[in-house]
Amino acid sequence: MAGNIAAGPLSGIRPALPLLAPAYLWLTLAIFLPLSAMAFFSFMTDLPLSGKDWSFTIRNYAAFFSSGLYVTLLWSSLRLGLEVTLWCALIGFPAAYVLAKVLKGRSREAIFLLVILPFWSNGLVRIFSWAMVLREGGILDVVLNAILPFKISVDLMYSYPAVIIGLVHSYVPYMVLTCYLTLQAIDDSLIEAARSLGASRLQVLRRLIIPLAMPGLIAGAVLIFVPVVGSFMEPRILGGRTGTFYGTVIEDQFVAVFNWPLGAALSFILLAVVLVILAAASPVLRRAT
Amino acid sequence: MADVQVESVSRSFGAHKALDDVSIAFPDGGFYALLGPSGSGKTTLLRLIAGFDFPDSGRIIIGREGVERVPVEKRRIGMVFQNYALFPNMSVADNVAFGLSVRGESKASIAREVRQALDLVQLGKLGERRPHQLSGGQRQRVALARAIVTKPRVLLLDEPLSALDKALRVDMQVELKRIQREIGITTIFVTHDQEEALTMSDRIGILRDGRLVEEGPPEDIYNSPKSEFSATFLGDANILRGDATGDGIRLSDGTAIVASGGVANATGGKASCAVRPERIKIATATASPLAAEGNMLRGRVSKRIFAGNSSTYFVDRMGEVIKVHVQNSGATKIEEGNDVVLHWSPESTVLISAA
Repeated sequence: MAGNIAAGPLSGIRPALPLLAPAYLWLTLAIFLPLSAMAFFSFMTDLPLSGKDWSFTIRNYAAFFSSGLYVTLLWSSLRLGLEVTLWCALIGFPAAYVLAKVLKGRSREAIFLLVILPFWSNGLVRIFSWAMVLREGGILDVVLNAILPFKISVDLMYSYPAVIIGLVHSYVPYMVLTCYLTLQAIDDSLIEAARSLGASRLQVLRRLIIPLAMPGLIAGAVLIFVPVVGSFMEPRILGGRTGTFYGTVIEDQFVAVFNWPLGAALSFILLAVVLVILAAASPVLRRAT
Repeated sequence: MADVQVESVSRSFGAHKALDDVSIAFPDGGFYALLGPSGSGKTTLLRLIAGFDFPDSGRIIIGREGVERVPVEKRRIGMVFQNYALFPNMSVADNVAFGLSVRGESKASIAREVRQALDLVQLGKLGERRPHQLSGGQRQRVALARAIVTKPRVLLLDEPLSALDKALRVDMQVELKRIQREIGITTIFVTHDQEEALTMSDRIGILRDGRLVEEGPPEDIYNSPKSEFSATFLGDANILRGDATGDGIRLSDGTAIVASGGVANATGGKASCAVRPERIKIATATASPLAAEGNMLRGRVSKRIFAGNSSTYFVDRMGEVIKVHVQNSGATKIEEGNDVVLHWSPESTVLISAA
């Protein structure tokens, strides 16, 4: 059917233009222009504001390579991204499986709502709620001490695990949603066929369900990994002094130090690194999907 | 190979009794069709035999082993699904190999057995293809190869031909039957298509509302059905109702219908007779009388439907319609509106108890 339409007299992109134009105009205005401005800034010595002198330079990019600090921070941010993505997959995939294959009807809707809830709450509120839970003498401590017979203080606040917890909470819905969509598309009779051939539940999972759900796992991983590598809010609030990552350093340049050119340069290096990682992984990803 | 015994099996879903005290013996090496309208419980029964679901009560025995609590992956059955259920992420050969490789067989023996199975279904050259690159009939063959390569004790088929178009379906019927004979596997086949059940199976069980209505070889059920339901569901039948006379019935206008087969019933009650449309001879009322064949009714042709090799006459008799199939072998056709005489022998009449 689609082939017939494409081959007709209205073929090509022209009839589709009115449909495409609004989105692309908006993207041009909202992303391309500011991004170009940022690219421009990243090659300047100073902001062209209030009559300051400025000239073009590559100093900002050189700063990244001359100081081992930025490279170290980028590494730890990449590790953070990887870890959060992994946790999201470990937590999100089973949840998505239950939603797609076990629950039906109203109970599915209710559980789905709970999964989506973090999406609808304000990010800052979410993070400060975690702060209240995780801090010394916080809700987690109170609950644990009420249950356990001995005195305990987890005091996770201002630690690497706290950052992970906050980020996983924020991003796990992406993994649940993308995996849910692919898992739901798997016909139940495929699973039944595999079982009738003698496959155990683990074999069905490993040989059939995970390969078929791979597009969803990968889409979720990309959606999570990229923003987590540049995240700054969760690391700053939940990580405290241990929460210095590449994203928080970029934020500092814009908000605290007011060195926009360096912040812009660091941002573009991050963008480049993420793109290189995705490009390098794409043959593997394509084979998996 | 093994026979399968289903003994007093019941299964309810909430208040709905999907299967109600069903007992069937599926003979070793036989081809058994479970026939019934949708909602009759035939698929439920197949899923119980497969082990996807478990009976509330009753026993299921494969060979000598009671399996009613054994899950499907431990039952050593082969199943072909209505939508084929081929694994889209694997090649044809990997699909067929799946059951062998989850069992941990060696690569060499898997490759050999997969090749044999694909040769058996005449798909030897398509092992590298993906399922989406195959036609419906080819997918059907792959599903069959995948189900039998593990040498299951029983082969279960869930309406496997219903997704194919008619010409292909007939080819696959023949093919399926050939393969089944070749490997001699006990086969249980669920279908709502009576023609498929008649042509393929050597035993048919007719289910209705979760109960086994009747079972036996196709010809026996067709020639002497025991109920109106099986008479009309398995093939076409005219049902005549009246008072029982011992060897037949008396219609409301006093005409006696004599039957030589069917259940014995005493005089006095209500009874029905079933007559197959192709057993009735039709002639115009003005034509010279044919040799009397025992039973005779008069009526008027209300409609005639031409279907290539045969025609169906709808004969109106006092408000009731009697169907007559006539082979188009050059005999002159009878126009609509003509008065006709219908006659048939007592041997073609089956007495059944009143529904």
